[in-house]
Formats: sequence, C-alpha cells, structure tokens
Amino acid sequence: MTSRKTELLVGIFVALAIAATLLLALRVANQGMAGGGETYTLTARFDNIGGLKARSSVKVGGVIVGRVSRIYLNERDLVPMVEMEISTEYANTFPDTSSLSILTSGLLGEQFIGLKPGFIFPEDLEMIEEDKVCETSPYENCPYLTEGEEIMDTKSALVLEDLIGQFLFNQGNE
Amino acid sequence: MQKLINLGRGTLDYIAAIGSASMMLFGALFAFPTWKNTRLMVHQMYVVGVQSLLIIIVSGLFIGMVMALQGYTILVSYGAEGSLGPMVALSLLRELGPVVTALLFAGRAGSALTAEIGLMKATEQLSSLEMMAVDPLRRVLSPRFWAGVYSMPMLALIFSAVGILGGHLVGVDWLGVDSGSYWSIMQSTVEWNEDVVNGVIKALVFALVVVWIALYKGYHCIPTSEGISKATTETVVYSSLTILGLDFVLTALMFGIS
Repeated sequence: MTSRKTELLVGIFVALAIAATLLLALRVANQGMAGGGETYTLTARFDNIGGLKARSSVKVGGVIVGRVSRIYLNERDLVPMVEMEISTEYANTFPDTSSLSILTSGLLGEQFIGLKPGFIFPEDLEMIEEDKVCETSPYENCPYLTEGEEIMDTKSALVLEDLIGQFLFNQGNE
Repeated sequence: MQKLINLGRGTLDYIAAIGSASMMLFGALFAFPTWKNTRLMVHQMYVVGVQSLLIIIVSGLFIGMVMALQGYTILVSYGAEGSLGPMVALSLLRELGPVVTALLFAGRAGSALTAEIGLMKATEQLSSLEMMAVDPLRRVLSPRFWAGVYSMPMLALIFSAVGILGGHLVGVDWLGVDSGSYWSIMQSTVEWNEDVVNGVIKALVFALVVVWIALYKGYHCIPTSEGISKATTETVVYSSLTILGLDFVLTALMFGIS
C-alpha cells in the first residue's frame, strides 16, 4: 500500500505544479490578449518615439486595443516607423481620421500609444451601408482604419531636453 | 620533471572524468524510462520532488514576503508602490525562482542522491546488480535522473507562484498596496514567453546539471565512508557554483540582447 500512497502524493505534487502554471499563466502573465487572438496591422510614422518599445500597448481612453509589434527606421526619410497589431475585435471601429500620440502612464511609468478616434462624415456612413466597402479585401474607400493602413496624424513623444531647450529659447527672446 | 608528469597525469585524469561523466549522462538520457520502470521513476519523484515540496513552499513564501517588504519601503518613497507587483513577479520568475529552487534542490535532493548511490557502491549493491545482469544505469541512475529533471521545473514554478502570493500577502493585505494595481500592472508587464517560459528553461538546465553532478559524484565516489562524505560535499559545492555561473550565461543569452 505504500506504493499507492507514493503515487497519490506524486499526483498531488504534479497537480500543484499545474495549478502554479495556471496561476502564472492567467493571473500573472495574462495570456488572454497576448496569446492567439486575430489582429490587423497598422503603421504610423513619428518624429520621435521617445521610450516606446516593441510590446508597448496601444490604448483608446485607457482600454488596451493592441500592441506595438515592430519599430524600425524608414530608410528614405530617416524617421521612426511603428507597426501596431490591433485586435480584430476592433476591426472597422476607428475612423481613418484618428490620431496617435505617445503618452506616459504616471510619472515614472512606461510609454504607450494613445489612439484618439476621429470622426466619420454622415455620407460615408451611408456609403458603408450601401456599397459594403469595408467588407471585402481592397478597402480603398473604407473610411475606417484597415489592414496595413498608415495613420497620418501623429504626435511625438515629449522629450524633456527639447522642452527645456524651447523654454530657455523663449526666455531669451523676452 | 616530476611536476610535468603530475601535470600530464592531472590533465588526463580530468579528461577521463569528463569522458566518463558524459558517457553516464548519455547512458541516463537514452535509458528513457519505459512503462516497466515508470513505477521506479514515480517513486523517485516522490523522493526528490514531493519531499522537497515543504522546503520549497516555505522558502518561496518567505522570499516573496521579504521582497514585497523591501520593495515597498523603497518604492513608496517614489510614490511608485503600484510597481510592487511586477517587481516581485519578475524577480521571482526570471531569477529567484529557478536559482533558489536549484540551490535548495542541490542541497536537499542532490546530496541525498549522491549519498544514496555512494552507499550503494560502497556496500557493493551496484556490483551485485551487474552480477544479476541488471544494468545499474537503467535500474538505479536513469529513474533518478529523469525524476530530478521532471521535478525541478515543477518545483521552480511552485516556488514562483507561492512567492507571488506571499508578496501579495505582505504588500496588499498588510501594507495596503491596491490589490487591483498589484495584479494588473503585473499582468501588463509579465510576458508569458519572455519571463515564464525562460524561467522554466533555466530551471530545466539547472535540473540537468544538478542531477548529473549528483549522480556522477555518487557513482564515481571512493567507496569508503570518508569518500561518500567528500562526494556529497562536492556535489553541493559544484552544483551551487555551476548553477550561479550558468545563471549568468543564460541570463545574458535570454535578456542581455534585446
């Protein structure tokens, strides 16, 4: 019977390990968003991305809608380009007049991209209803942000040195 | 002249030791437990895994609690006590979980393995097994090896999980950090692949090294009471040093270049 008891205890041990893994996966690492989840890609060019990193979050009014997937330098104009993956849960949600800005959470917190939804003309809404431009692949006339689209309206990160420089410059003029 | 001879002999002995250790490792690796001796392995998992559970849980709890306490006193002066969660979770998952578990595992299970096998050798049980045409590698070493390799990462995961809960106990329940920010900032910072899986890989590497050293030292010890005690000490010392050295190498590979 000792062998049975041993097996039971080993079973409890393995169950504990699985419970620990589940706790780490669900409570600590939050596998929900990062795991699978269909996404679509948007790009944007910034003058300065500050401390933004790959895996930084993209938020709309504080709600995480996606993550930064890649940051690279546009070789032609030498400006940073940011590629974002937005959850398809939010497909055809953000008008293409939306704007992006790089924000900081708290005083010492990490930087993230804030997406501010734009507006849609009423006649565009009618067009979506009638011509179904947002449902099939070439989304040419779709007034929403779609796969691969570039967001034009962006605001750079605040760089402390630039701010101080500007302040001193203004002081000097007075 | 004599010094040169000694140097040569030392080098040859060293290479021979590495050779026989590698032979033993490959022997144990390829003597993968079949259904017939799964039972042996389960018993060894009881010995190295279940019996290490208490020390792992208790030390995990206290390390998590201490980190929350120390972290809180520093972070609160910046008004950043919300970052307590990620601090506790990341240091446990990336470093303390695998490393402290491996050090405890080397002291608790590794030394016991060396002493057990060393005594088997000293009392000629291993030779008797060979006389009965039972391969001691397959019967004695392989179940212990695989049991250790399976148990260690599980122990490290339990250690990290208990530590994070201990940090919650001190940080949230006693010191008054907001429970929501403890978990949510942790969730937005900790990555599954980057942090949790890398920690498990570390634990797996440490497990291989600790069990390998323990079994080798036991199998090749001088079969006297003095030899066994020396082998046991060497197991703990060598394992600990190798764990700390390898930890730096693995950390540099995993987190150094991003």
